[in-house]
Amino acid sequence: MNEQRSFVRLAFGFALLGVLAGGAAAQGDTVRITGVYGINMTPGVAVLPVRAEYGDSIRAILQRDLENGDRVTIVGHDPSGLPIVAEDMPFELFGRVGVNQIVQATAMMGSLHVAVLDVGTKTTRQVEDFLLRGPPLSPEWRMSLHMAADEIERWITGVRGISATRIAFVRGGQIWTVDSDGEHAVAVPGTENGLSPAWHPTGDYLAFHTLTESGTQVAIRDLVGNTTRRLTATRSGSNFTPVFSPDGTTLAYASGEAGTDIVAVDWMHPTHRRTIASGSTNSSPTFSPDGRRIAFTSGRLGQPQIYISDVDGSNVDLLTVAGLGDQSYRSNPSWSSDGRTIAYQSQIDGRFQIMTISLGTRSVVARTSEGENEDPDWAPDGRHLVFTSNRSGVRQLWVLDTESGRTRQLTRGSGSVRNGAWSPNLTRR
Amino acid sequence: MRMRSTVTILFLAAGIAAACRKKPEPPPPPQQAAPPPTDTRPTPPPPPPARGLEAAAERARVALREAIYFDYDQDNLRDDARRTLDAKVPILLSNRAVRLRIAGHTDERGSDEYNIALGQRRAAAARRYLVQQGVEESRIDIVSFGEERPTCRDASEGCWSRNRRDEFEIVAGGDQIRVEAR
Repeated sequence: MNEQRSFVRLAFGFALLGVLAGGAAAQGDTVRITGVYGINMTPGVAVLPVRAEYGDSIRAILQRDLENGDRVTIVGHDPSGLPIVAEDMPFELFGRVGVNQIVQATAMMGSLHVAVLDVGTKTTRQVEDFLLRGPPLSPEWRMSLHMAADEIERWITGVRGISATRIAFVRGGQIWTVDSDGEHAVAVPGTENGLSPAWHPTGDYLAFHTLTESGTQVAIRDLVGNTTRRLTATRSGSNFTPVFSPDGTTLAYASGEAGTDIVAVDWMHPTHRRTIASGSTNSSPTFSPDGRRIAFTSGRLGQPQIYISDVDGSNVDLLTVAGLGDQSYRSNPSWSSDGRTIAYQSQIDGRFQIMTISLGTRSVVARTSEGENEDPDWAPDGRHLVFTSNRSGVRQLWVLDTESGRTRQLTRGSGSVRNGAWSPNLTRR
Repeated sequence: MRMRSTVTILFLAAGIAAACRKKPEPPPPPQQAAPPPTDTRPTPPPPPPARGLEAAAERARVALREAIYFDYDQDNLRDDARRTLDAKVPILLSNRAVRLRIAGHTDERGSDEYNIALGQRRAAAARRYLVQQGVEESRIDIVSFGEERPTCRDASEGCWSRNRRDEFEIVAGGDQIRVEAR
């Protein structure tokens, strides 16, 4: 396997040389096309030892972030496997061990200096200084390293990374967040009995529903101001599964008594609300990235299925067409950030699995098969999914790269976890 | 519970039970006569007819609170559920001060988000049936807890069937229930 990888990387190196003149976008396309079918054709990247206080931690975080992006292959996890760098950069030696790009970082005085060197052209591709906030190893410090890693990933692959993100989830009757690398899991105060969190596009608010004695109500947690506001307070009926529109002004959620509609409100001034979908058992809305369409779960024909409509409620379309005798139960849609794909869960042999459907061709791909897998939510790159799986025994959050098929476990611990929601890129904290 | 019993007894003893169109002003709280904090009857014991009426009222409250059950992913009322609801109807019709909250629940299978919608539909089905029998809709609130408040947690049909239910809570007027003693 290693030999094969090296060979593939060498082949990629030649390919990369060919497209370098074509600019970042062309490179991104090349990586995307050759990365299919799990064969490792991603650029080889070496992160050199970081000469700084906490240099090992900095290197480990950058390396892991690049690896979690699934667009590069880290060469030399153990730095002893890398060529020794003296006065001159030994590009040929790096090339021989499958390195296409070298990340060289130094840190001092609260700043991280990063250079990315291209092995093929033996040139410096990009140099930048990043601000390191907070004391070393603090959540803020780690987040600023994630931001640097995302930018490095963009230099190398043409696509911004997603490590400066958090995933909200439910554990023990409360909403938590965890960093994209699985570190810094913390409970969010003021979200007791909360379920189904959803991020505001700024990353500053979490909407969720909360179980109260008078039923299920929608609330919003201000993560900056540290306040929680109850948006609904009905005596009868349910209000649940809120989601923000991509422009952040509108909140859509399921609401009703005899049947649950999908409704939308201006959540800052929720005096007037409009109905998007009515008449039956509707839940779990998700907006298209342009904010003009909405997908949701509905049991209007019996078994729950995924529907899409315009945000004014017109042009309703059954997305997951049930075949003859098909008893599958499909729910919990999540619209990808590129607008092309909706992920959802579908019952197969009595267990939920994660599926994706292409909106262009309506072709369906089963993404999981091990254990029971539920509640997918797209990362801001439109490529990775977070979902709940019991494959390790207890329900935990897992991350799937839909291009390579690689999965990694995000949350750990004995408590059951669910309702993962991936934040936007958090560029301000 | 202790307070409720006392209030009921005083209410009955006042002999205005037959006129209970609306919720009457509660009698002055019998602070010094309050019984000890136990489930036993207050002392001195009320007259025998009141005791019989109180027992009947308690039976009525039990009937009002009795849960109904559903089939998987369904909100239609089974025959056993209709019988359970039928037993509530005369009590609700003759005790207009009683208000109910029906909470729909589901088993753990299915999507936890969609299950809130399903639980809401189950609660609505029970209310619709009671309204068809003449109970004012405004007296019944309906909420859903989805799969979040199970009565048992085994992964078996026996447990799931007990969790697919509507629960009935008396939110007002439970202490004024008047039923003919049998």
